[in-house]
Amino acid sequence: MLDARIPSGPINEHWDNHRDSISLVSPANKRRFTIIVVGTGLAGASAAATLGELGYRVKAYTFHDSARRAHSIAAQGGINAAKNYPNDGDSIHRLFYDTVKGGDYRSRESNVYRLAQLSVEIIDQCTAQGVPFAREYGGLLANRSFGGAQVSRTFYARGQTGQQLLLGAYQAMMRQVDRGTVELHTQTEMLDVVVKDGRAVGIVTRDLVSGEIASHPGHAVLLATGGYSNVFYLSTNAMKSNVTAVWRAHRQGALFANPCYTQIHPTCIPASDEFQSKLTLMSESLRNDGRIWVPDRAGDTRLPGDIGESDRDYYLERRYPAFGNLVPRDVASRAAKVEVDRGKGVGPLANGVYLDFEEALRRLGQDTVRERYGNLFDMYHRITGESPYETPMRIYPAMHYTMGGLWVDYNLMTTIPGLYALGEANFSDHGANRLGASALMQGLADGYFVVPYTVGDYLAPQLGEGLVPSNDAAFVETERQVATRTERYLSIGGSRSVDWFHRELGKVLWEYCGMERTADGLRRAISDIDSLKEDFDRDLRVLGTSSTLNQSLEKAGRVDDFLQLARLMCVDALHREESCGGHFRVEHQTDDGEARRDDANFSYVAAWGWANGHEPILHQEPLTFDHVKPAQRSYR
Amino acid sequence: MHLTLRVWRQDGPGVEGRFETYEAAGIHQDMSFLEMLDLVNERLVTAGHEPIAFDHDCREGICGSCGLMIDGRAHGPQGSTATCQLHMREFSDGDTIVIEPWRATSFPIVRDLVVDRGAFDRIIEAGGYIGAPTGSAPEANLTPVPKETSDAAMDAAACIGCGACVAACPNGAGQLFTAAKVAHLNLLPQGQPERWMRVERMVETMEEYFGSCSNHGECEPACPKGISLDNIALMNRDYLLSKIRNRKLGGQR
Amino acid sequence: MLNLRRAGRERVRRAPWIVSIYRTDTGKKYAMAISGVVLLLFVLGHMIGNLHVFEGAHGGTFRIDEYGEGLRDLGEPLFPRTMVLWAFLRIPLAAAFLIHIHAALALTRSNRDARETKYQSPRDYLAARYASRTMRWSGVIVLLFLAWHLADLTIGVEAVNPDFVRGSVYHNLVASLSRWPVWILYVAAQVALAFHIWHGAWSLFQSLGISNPRFNRFRRTFAHAFATVVVAGFLAVPVGVALDIVS
Ligand SMILES: Cc1cc2nc3c(=O)[nH]c(=O)nc-3n(C[C@H](O)[C@H](O)[C@H](O)COP(=O)(O)OP(=O)(O)OC[C@H]3O[C@@H](n4cnc5c(N)ncnc54)[C@H](O)[C@@H]3O)c2cc1C
Ligand code: HEM
Ligand code: SF4
Ligand code: FES
Repeated sequence: MLDARIPSGPINEHWDNHRDSISLVSPANKRRFTIIVVGTGLAGASAAATLGELGYRVKAYTFHDSARRAHSIAAQGGINAAKNYPNDGDSIHRLFYDTVKGGDYRSRESNVYRLAQLSVEIIDQCTAQGVPFAREYGGLLANRSFGGAQVSRTFYARGQTGQQLLLGAYQAMMRQVDRGTVELHTQTEMLDVVVKDGRAVGIVTRDLVSGEIASHPGHAVLLATGGYSNVFYLSTNAMKSNVTAVWRAHRQGALFANPCYTQIHPTCIPASDEFQSKLTLMSESLRNDGRIWVPDRAGDTRLPGDIGESDRDYYLERRYPAFGNLVPRDVASRAAKVEVDRGKGVGPLANGVYLDFEEALRRLGQDTVRERYGNLFDMYHRITGESPYETPMRIYPAMHYTMGGLWVDYNLMTTIPGLYALGEANFSDHGANRLGASALMQGLADGYFVVPYTVGDYLAPQLGEGLVPSNDAAFVETERQVATRTERYLSIGGSRSVDWFHRELGKVLWEYCGMERTADGLRRAISDIDSLKEDFDRDLRVLGTSSTLNQSLEKAGRVDDFLQLARLMCVDALHREESCGGHFRVEHQTDDGEARRDDANFSYVAAWGWANGHEPILHQEPLTFDHVKPAQRSYR
Repeated sequence: MHLTLRVWRQDGPGVEGRFETYEAAGIHQDMSFLEMLDLVNERLVTAGHEPIAFDHDCREGICGSCGLMIDGRAHGPQGSTATCQLHMREFSDGDTIVIEPWRATSFPIVRDLVVDRGAFDRIIEAGGYIGAPTGSAPEANLTPVPKETSDAAMDAAACIGCGACVAACPNGAGQLFTAAKVAHLNLLPQGQPERWMRVERMVETMEEYFGSCSNHGECEPACPKGISLDNIALMNRDYLLSKIRNRKLGGQR
Repeated sequence: MLNLRRAGRERVRRAPWIVSIYRTDTGKKYAMAISGVVLLLFVLGHMIGNLHVFEGAHGGTFRIDEYGEGLRDLGEPLFPRTMVLWAFLRIPLAAAFLIHIHAALALTRSNRDARETKYQSPRDYLAARYASRTMRWSGVIVLLFLAWHLADLTIGVEAVNPDFVRGSVYHNLVASLSRWPVWILYVAAQVALAFHIWHGAWSLFQSLGISNPRFNRFRRTFAHAFATVVVAGFLAVPVGVALDIVS
């Protein structure tokens, strides 16, 4: 049984009580501690900046050529905060409630409450940094409603909210770089965590330009390395997003929680061919005015304009009269899959559904539509060569976000003391499904406001202890393992490229561990993945050397870790005999095809670890719901 | 489509490079430019040759990783479009496409088409921020910002740091990038206290790395985010003012 | 990590205020723009002055000769003859030229350093016009022309203009321009000047940070109009000579 070390007292006082009671490191002593931050996305950059401001010696690492390129940059829609500026009844409690409910009652109440509390401070912080949030003519901040929320609590900066928030955090971090408190290592990939006497004491990295493998000791290690959606090959994530840092930490002993909780986003541009490299998200806001439909008849190849009203099936409006096109992400996604599987898919590959703006154009006029969605329409046009003003968009669900991640306690510490996980890399706040505009909030809460306090609690008792030197046996041995692993990819000398394996893995996972999962399918996936991994170890071809920039070599390590993670995902999905949020087991659905939870048996966090064998071992953290009563979600 | 590619190959920083010619057959017009390169690479690997190194990540035109000189134009023939958003339908069957890396002394080539744009980070480090330590921020709505100002700041802040402006500039100048950040922060009320220090430090750091601005205007059409030249004028003005203003009177405007 | 900073670009020691501004490239651009404005005013004034040729003779002397004399007499009787000409026109002009040229050289060098390895394939320019890309050549042509021009019509160097008569502006001018190689040189230099101003008179607004969405679109119009007017005015003289209107 895992202890999340949740503070006592009423939930709204947990965080305050905790802050008041944890140990502090005095200002003069902070510079005696070295903190390693891996990843400079929202979570990592905000943590590095804040820790640097506090006076810690921070070393930050990213494999990008600039910290500003982290995947967080791509977030479009917005960030939630319980500011209640529109005076429409929002509150910390309501945001807390919505998040727990949206997560389908599989998240930790206390963490979510803290997140809702901190959301307010995030907006203040970012505004002070100069993040150009949208404003009203009166000069005050504007809000919009997002993802079907019943209040307007989403702050946004055009369609580039993630970019602006990340630039704010990145700039704050660069300011600390200038002041010498943060030492930034770009183009440096962390390839392992070093654990000594059960504690995280540093990391081993590879310089992506020179190939040099090096050790970096620290008193604490913070992982903020993002999510693992790319295990599916095709996803909305950036091409380089990967699980390596998290997976390596996991193999060093940190438990991995809820790997099967993955989120599929309903409105992405469908793949156009075999060589599609990634999928592009079209903001969810499009569903506010667009209507989703497919032809009534399977295999109807007429142009959309030639299909009359009577031959169209507006299936969301038909099935969910109350919410219509605005049902939550998981529901909308699965409904699209149902239609495409019935042969009603549209487009050259019959792999999409229509998102039609004809009615909106008629009702609102082209100008209004352009004002609201112009950017998105242009982007769609650039990618597909079709103009949504003239012909309906084609959309299909795609892998988008991973709620699973390293298990962390209330302090965001993993099961390895001294090793923390922040942002999408941890599992903490979203349960089985994340609400729109909540990931940015969580990443920044973790980085700006949570970890800077909680890390002190771990460090304070270590005052006076030096760093483990990088020539210590623990570092030397880890370096050796990293070097061996890297060289092995080069020496296999097989016939298939890394991308080939990645693509194959993606197909297996999407088929059996994607939107819908069955016990049989998952068993099949596990065996497919095992044999793919064998092939990989035998038949991989990576050319070049390890002493220069070698992108295939980088990718080989990432795909290797994905292959191992994919198996764990299937194991987790197979064990969770219920449907909840993004995890939909066909065997567990209501009569009208909705997810059916099993609170009696599965109200826990599944955290996986390893002993010596081939099979992972399950650890549980029971979940209790004292403030939000679990109920069956319904959108009819 | 069948295309002929002439691609710059260079094994590492500071060594001789050369153009190599590759035939790219069976290219679909719905592919993105980078997917076309992926395919060429996949075939190179199968044939036992090292793939072409190029930088990319988001493939959504927002991270600023990608950037190629395509037929003599930064980010290729389509306006307001980053390389990753360029699609093959912009080309025709039988075309020969020449691909070169960004070239600037302070963007050294790391390998093939990959350059190091760390100089941009040095500029930001020098002053491209508002010093607001975490926890010290006042309530967000305490400072209203006129919508026009906030929109203008957002226009400037849209820069993705891709370096196309430097690449396209006949002088290898970094003005558009630097000015975009100066404008974003100097326009906002929050940015006023550090305004003069910011522009002074950023401009002087920029000059350590990049050429000067002759107002050719070549950066503006190359920029995937449409950052305006007006920002450069603003930066030039603020830099001049930074040298004349009595900063002790900052509060008096 | 690779070394990115350009050679010789470490921050330099503190210097007097104005010097430290001029040491930066941005400062040199201010200098270029301000000296450019001085030069623009000069060419405009010079051009207008030249038009006196078309007024022909008046009471036995050519109007333009009187005008030349008048320039030398400026400020009399308060100041000694030619003092105002030197103090307010010639010396500031020479200074403007020197600054303009020094800055041009320094910036050109800086820009070269900024791209040590050129593109190895042809560029396809979208905005950089011929005028802007050839500023240093049009500048050099103007400079060479200037040297000739001073020798030809101001100082009257024997080898350049054998018929030179001090003070007889009209006569010197016709004598000089009646030689067709000289005529071509004059016209070519004016065309170079036109190109230079075409870009320069716009560019200076940007350099000095004079920008406002309300009038920005007129900045180019201004530059083009300025270039056209000045050069049309200047060209009128050689054209007049060619057409025998001025003889
Ligand atoms: C298209 C898209 C749109 C989205 N829109 C929204 C939205 O509107 N609202 C919202 O709330 N959320 C949104 N999200 C989700 C949100 O953007 C992410 O969950 C969040 O940004 C993750 O931030 P992060 O800091 O945890 O990780 P990331 O931003 O992914 O950063 C990871 C960092 O770790 C580094 N790294 C990783 N591994 C290593 C390693 N081994 N060694 C060294 N460095 C490493 C990377 O270089 C990078 O700096 C969106 C996501 C996508 C894909
Ligand atoms: C009567 C003569 C001249 C006039 C009216 C003139 C005017 C101008 C003006 C207005 C500019 C624009 C300044 C700016 O961008 O802020 C300019 C730029 C320039 N001038 Fe001249 N100039 C003259 C002579 C010369 C000479 C003799 C040279 C000598 C080499 C020269 C070289 C340049 C160059 C290279 C630039 C571009 C600088 C840059 O932007 O990098 N000019 N000129
Ligand atoms: S200003 Fe434009 S071209 Fe320059 S770095 Fe920014 S986005 Fe790229
Ligand atoms: S790959 Fe991110 S901008 Fe092109």
